Amino acid sequence: MSESFERYRSNFLREVEEKVEEGEWVKMCMQCGVCAGSCPFGPHWEHSPQKIFMMIRAGKREEVLSSDSMWMCTSCYNCIVRCPRKLPITHIMHGLANYSHRLGMAPKGQPTRQFAKLFWDNLVKKGRVNELKLTMKHYFRNGFSAGIREAMAMKEIGQGMMKAGRINPMEFFGGHAVKDLSGFHAMLAKAREIEDRKKGFSD
Amino acid sequence: MSEMKTAAYLCSGCGIGEKLDIASLSKVAQREGKMMLVKEHEFLCSAEGVGMIRADIAEGVTHAAIAACSRRAKTEAFDFPGTALSRVNLREGVIWVVAEGHEEIRQEMAEDYLRMGCAELKKMKMPEGNPGRKLNRRILVAGGGFSGLTAALAAADAGYEAVIVEKEDHLGGHAAKLAKRVPFREPYREPVDTGIDALLEKVGAHPKISVHLESTIAETSGAPGRFFVKISGPAGEKIEEAGAIVQASGFSGYDIAKLPHLGGGKYPDVVDQAGVEEMAKSGNFTKKDGRAISSVAFVQCAGQRDPEHLPYCSGHCCATSIKQAMYFKEANPDTETVVLFTDLRVPGMGEDFYRSAQEKGVIFAKGKVSSVSEAGNGLRVNFRDLILDEETSLDADLVVLATGQVPNSGVNIDLPEEGQVSVLNLNYRQGRDMPQLVHGFTDSHFICFPYETRRTGIYAAGPVRRPMDMMQASVDATGATLKAIQALENAALGRAAHPRSGDLSYPHVRLEGCTQCKRCTVECPFGAIDEDEKRYPVFNESRCRRCGTCMGACPVRVISFENYSVDTVGAQLKAVEIPDEFSEKPRILILACENDAYPALDMAGVQRLTYSAFVRAIPVRCLGSVNTIWITDALNSGYDGVMMMGCKHGENYQCHFVKGSELANYRMSKIDDTLNQLGLEAERVATHEVAITDSARVAKMIDDYVASINEIGMSPMKGFG
Ligand code: SF4
Ligand code: SF4
Ligand code: SF4
Repeated sequence: MSESFERYRSNFLREVEEKVEEGEWVKMCMQCGVCAGSCPFGPHWEHSPQKIFMMIRAGKREEVLSSDSMWMCTSCYNCIVRCPRKLPITHIMHGLANYSHRLGMAPKGQPTRQFAKLFWDNLVKKGRVNELKLTMKHYFRNGFSAGIREAMAMKEIGQGMMKAGRINPMEFFGGHAVKDLSGFHAMLAKAREIEDRKKGFSD
Repeated sequence: MSEMKTAAYLCSGCGIGEKLDIASLSKVAQREGKMMLVKEHEFLCSAEGVGMIRADIAEGVTHAAIAACSRRAKTEAFDFPGTALSRVNLREGVIWVVAEGHEEIRQEMAEDYLRMGCAELKKMKMPEGNPGRKLNRRILVAGGGFSGLTAALAAADAGYEAVIVEKEDHLGGHAAKLAKRVPFREPYREPVDTGIDALLEKVGAHPKISVHLESTIAETSGAPGRFFVKISGPAGEKIEEAGAIVQASGFSGYDIAKLPHLGGGKYPDVVDQAGVEEMAKSGNFTKKDGRAISSVAFVQCAGQRDPEHLPYCSGHCCATSIKQAMYFKEANPDTETVVLFTDLRVPGMGEDFYRSAQEKGVIFAKGKVSSVSEAGNGLRVNFRDLILDEETSLDADLVVLATGQVPNSGVNIDLPEEGQVSVLNLNYRQGRDMPQLVHGFTDSHFICFPYETRRTGIYAAGPVRRPMDMMQASVDATGATLKAIQALENAALGRAAHPRSGDLSYPHVRLEGCTQCKRCTVECPFGAIDEDEKRYPVFNESRCRRCGTCMGACPVRVISFENYSVDTVGAQLKAVEIPDEFSEKPRILILACENDAYPALDMAGVQRLTYSAFVRAIPVRCLGSVNTIWITDALNSGYDGVMMMGCKHGENYQCHFVKGSELANYRMSKIDDTLNQLGLEAERVATHEVAITDSARVAKMIDDYVASINEIGMSPMKGFG
């Protein structure tokens, strides 16, 4: 726990303002609790958005950035719609998650984080999401037998999707890419460079 | 006064003619009411009907009974200045409330009301306005702070002279000590100039305003229109005359030394909000040891909303702390500022101001502070973060306690005088300052009648009346000045002030009969009655609000008004025909407060709710004016029950005359003895609280009461009256 002289100072708040997407909104929260009451995940996560914002103002850097709370956000946008102070709460939640991930502080086994990573890596490869590979990777993330079990449980849905043309088994062999794949990769690299510059990451 | 010439006018409009036998009512007015003139009209409030009455008045009618709608309806049509008027309520009081199928008892009810109206009329005299009237168009303002200056300027701009009495050697009060103030209007983003210099300049230059500095009020005597205020100042004593007084004696900040747990009086760098204003005015934001301040913590509600200190919220301090945090951010944006609050109360557009501070980086945390201690070179604020739900602390160089406003109300007249310093030094029998309502504030009734006080012609303005900020104080001061102007103009015309404003009647006392019991002087809610050396009551008519509480109090019944007296009501209740014991027609007397209960009865009629036709209602000015003789008279003459309907009393009272319904309740608690002597059941007299909105409740209340009387049976007193 931080020392008295560090608590309720602007240090961490400023860091969030500079480095987290929409972070400059955090100071505007008036602690009404409407977001906490609106979130469908309310009872399930450790810290509601209201609390996360208060923790930021209280200077609880470690606790906030290593928390799994913002990873729980399902982007339902209930909070954004209701916040009387018009905070883009959902975006801040994702911004915080991304920032903690970049810092390497995000909780390791957090499933949302894992899936997000799978999704991103899958997407980046060809510029398109390979549904089949994504699903497989996801099912087999915890080893072979667990993967088979999960796949069997979802068998019917999978077959249905195949019939409807939502999943193509041929995608297993490579799958197709966007037209200008190298252009796409260059664009991502540029975006990354801009973000790094903005957030002060050097790698 | 010339000969009395009486007339009764019966209206058959609004369905009255269909439901009632007007011809036999006319006979009642003639034979029993003994009206010299009786006329019927099918549309009495029409120009033609009113014209007929006017013509009769021109021909010499001095007293008119209007048997039509309620006294509360058509007041503009039936307005005959100089003519005594009684209103017989056949519409709201009879045809609209008696259920169909009760033609006989409905007619009996109407006839009784007509008898009552005629009886009352013959006992009435035309009020002539009080004899103590005097015109003085000056307003004395006690206090030269922001509220007092605003009041004086408002009076002077309206053409009335104003005299300010200020105890300090300069004007401006607390406002003059502020660096800046919270904005009153758009854009609500930055602290703004207080405007006090401009105000002082205007006051100084105004030919109608004079000022006594370093002065206090040594004595106030008189009444509206003729106050004499003895001012004691550096040059000795001087008497100023005034028509009305505005008391703008302001507030004192709660002493932080009473908050040692928050470091108040213990650590030099724990200050109150006034302390921050001092810093901001000098531009010297440093700790007491001269070092720069890099962090500030504001502790809201310090000693406020706290039963051990001030139990109330002072209303302005949240916005004030926001403003002060902005001072620090303005001086150095890197200064850490934290506002610790349990509820941040920034009414109105204060929300925008709050948001502006957040944008500037002021940190707001919902936390309850338990203590302030020393830590290294600075201070440590220990608190519970109410959002994070944990005990925690933060360190700061400066701690600001948002303490509250303590009203400078003067003497609390309900406590022993010693040690208390008066503001007005009234020489009134009931005490040297105005009565206080709650928490020491000078007010009479902040929900229904803001600006009113219990001393006619003296109005409280600003934080002495209730806690408030400058914006509210400016509205308050202007409002109080308007009331003061109204009071002195009314006094000059011999008329009453609120709530019977315009009433020309005033209490007459037959001193020959007075036993010097002093009940009237003690019970008058408005301190209107003093005592002379022989301990006889001295009525100051201009201070009187015409509630009749004195009349209700007087055991020997020597107090009366020209148009409202023990006789006018007594004659009415005796005019009712009491059927014999075996008729199965009980008679219940209702004495209803004219401000709330009587309108509620009328409203029951308007809504066509029905209630028993066995009741006979008489409006009274206030339940406080009910003299117990009316109750004994009613019971003696064979009424089966008496219902008294008045306003809520006690805490959060609704009584227009403050103490009236409470006193009535108290007096009625003593009536049991009388009932005992008469051998009557306690249920025969009942007191009810009725609010103006209670129309449905009141109808049911009546029916329930009549049912309960039927149960205990008819009064055995019938036929002896
Ligand atoms: S709804 Fe908005 S203002 Fe209210 S607590 Fe949540 S973020 Fe803060
Ligand atoms: S205005 Fe704010 S600080 Fe002042 S008493 Fe009310 S809630 Fe407390
Ligand atoms: S009790 Fe009422 S009516 Fe009587 S003197 Fe006082 S204010 Fe006037």
